Amino acid sequence: MARAQSPRRRLITTLAAWAVALIIFFPVLWMILTSFKTEASAVAMPPQFLSADWTLENYAEVWARSDYPRFFWNSVVISIGSTLFGLAIAIPSAWAMAFVPGKKTKDLLMWMLSTKMMPAVAVMIPLYLLFQRLGLIDTKFGLVIALMLMNLPIIIWMLYTYFKEIPGEILEASRMDGATLWGEIIYVLTPMALPGIASTMLLNIILAWNEAFWTIVLTTTKAAPLSAFIASFSAPQGLFYAKLSAASAMAILPILILGWFSQKQLVRGLTFGAVK
Amino acid sequence: MGKIQLTAVRKSFGEVDVIPGIDLTIENGEFVVFVGPSGCGKSTLLRLIAGLEDTTSGVIDIDGKDATNLPPARRGLAMVFQSYALYPHMTVRKNIAFPLKMAGMDQAEQDKRVERAAKVLNLTSYLDRRPGQLSGGQRQRVAIGRAIVREPSAFLFDEPLSNLDAALRVGMRQEISELHQSLKTTMIYVTHDQVEAMTMADKIVVLNAGRIEQVGAPLELYNFPCNLFVAGFIGSPKMNLIEGAEAAKHKAHTIGIRPEHITVGDGPWEGVVGLSEHLGSDSFLKVSVEGIGTLTVRAPGEVHARHGDRVRLAPAGKIHRFDATGLAI
Repeated sequence: MARAQSPRRRLITTLAAWAVALIIFFPVLWMILTSFKTEASAVAMPPQFLSADWTLENYAEVWARSDYPRFFWNSVVISIGSTLFGLAIAIPSAWAMAFVPGKKTKDLLMWMLSTKMMPAVAVMIPLYLLFQRLGLIDTKFGLVIALMLMNLPIIIWMLYTYFKEIPGEILEASRMDGATLWGEIIYVLTPMALPGIASTMLLNIILAWNEAFWTIVLTTTKAAPLSAFIASFSAPQGLFYAKLSAASAMAILPILILGWFSQKQLVRGLTFGAVK
Repeated sequence: MGKIQLTAVRKSFGEVDVIPGIDLTIENGEFVVFVGPSGCGKSTLLRLIAGLEDTTSGVIDIDGKDATNLPPARRGLAMVFQSYALYPHMTVRKNIAFPLKMAGMDQAEQDKRVERAAKVLNLTSYLDRRPGQLSGGQRQRVAIGRAIVREPSAFLFDEPLSNLDAALRVGMRQEISELHQSLKTTMIYVTHDQVEAMTMADKIVVLNAGRIEQVGAPLELYNFPCNLFVAGFIGSPKMNLIEGAEAAKHKAHTIGIRPEHITVGDGPWEGVVGLSEHLGSDSFLKVSVEGIGTLTVRAPGEVHARHGDRVRLAPAGKIHRFDATGLAI
């Protein structure tokens, strides 16, 4: 039975939801407002909300002072590249774990997840040295590898849960119909798991796009993506909040648009299995 | 071609012996039904033949060649699953053509075969729909279509009708039988429904706890069950089994009389009617007889006996005799 909802109760729920949403969104909103203020207004005390001096100068200056298109392109290559590379490894792995599990499969999955709980700083030095030896510092390829490895446990876990929902009999039917292992994965499993694969892909593009630690540690100029672009605006002479905000807004805009258009897919993907 | 021979085939899952060892020959063109209660290993046996499970030991020969270690795709068999196992993202046409595509057949030949199968199964007007838009019976037909296009040496059916309603089941049963008549290909059919087994099979294999209890033609099993399990399993309603003094009169440990072999009216046994079911064509009575127990009686037509009535019964057909170990004498 549906729970009875009085208009008053609904009003309170709606207000509460708006309040939570605003609290979460406030930093982003503040950043966007600041990006349109002069440096003086940006640091004014008490904070100026609507009475500030508005300007577009920050954007013009950020654009003029740095090579935004190159950072943007690096971000695109690194986030999409690491996600596709990750999927290519994760689809067969998740297939094996979901459909031909061994005795230790559960342990293996837990172990993979546990690597995500390790602080990144713990492997910073060894990974940096390794990258240096291999000549991967400040290369897009190096970052693709690094971010792919960072996110691989999450990709495998997500795909594993989607694959578990697919009836094994359908895969057996394809085997009876003469499909090889690859035929089974390409013609039957992947198309059936496509909604799940799509949301895994989106989530990982977003994670990779937003990654700041490794992208800053492992790059200098050539392969630096937008996260390094933002960092470059915190100069030793001090922080220029308005310009920093403008740079940040430019960095998050593409992924914000992607997230906005794919939110249905993302929510559906993340609740897949929980709500049938 | 489609001769399948199992020699000492054994399957265990860890410590548990699901199939302790089976020898069985299925001749080319036969319609063989594996029947038994749930958990008797009939589906496992089918999956071993299909190659979807590996044998623990033993040999499976298909058409004279050792297929024990061949993958399912290379055994030349086709299977119809209980859940139909259609590919939900493909149209009916693509579902049926899938095995042909996997075999690398050219498009023109694929189309020709799909059209032919669709015509046989009355699916022509549904070819561009997806499985989700079809009824249960139509889905079942698509699954059969997918099996017949590749012209396998044998068909395997794993309880294919158990998801259909009663009326549809009777119809599909006839269609599968007719398909067997026209294709003359070996079919192995797993079911727990002994009516399906009796009506469709050339040969029934009765399984219990992973062992073959008896192999034979339907009427052979009905008339000459080799042990108590088969006697009780084949026939509906179940055979009445009587022990004690009444059995001793026939020099047996247990005697069995089928419900249709007992007449109501006059006779040596007197009892009280418990339950009476009237189907129109038949009447089923449960009669509690002193010194014997409850007997099920199947009387043709309408018998006017109600709960609590006293009736007299007489055996009027074959009395099956079994020794103390349950084997037929």
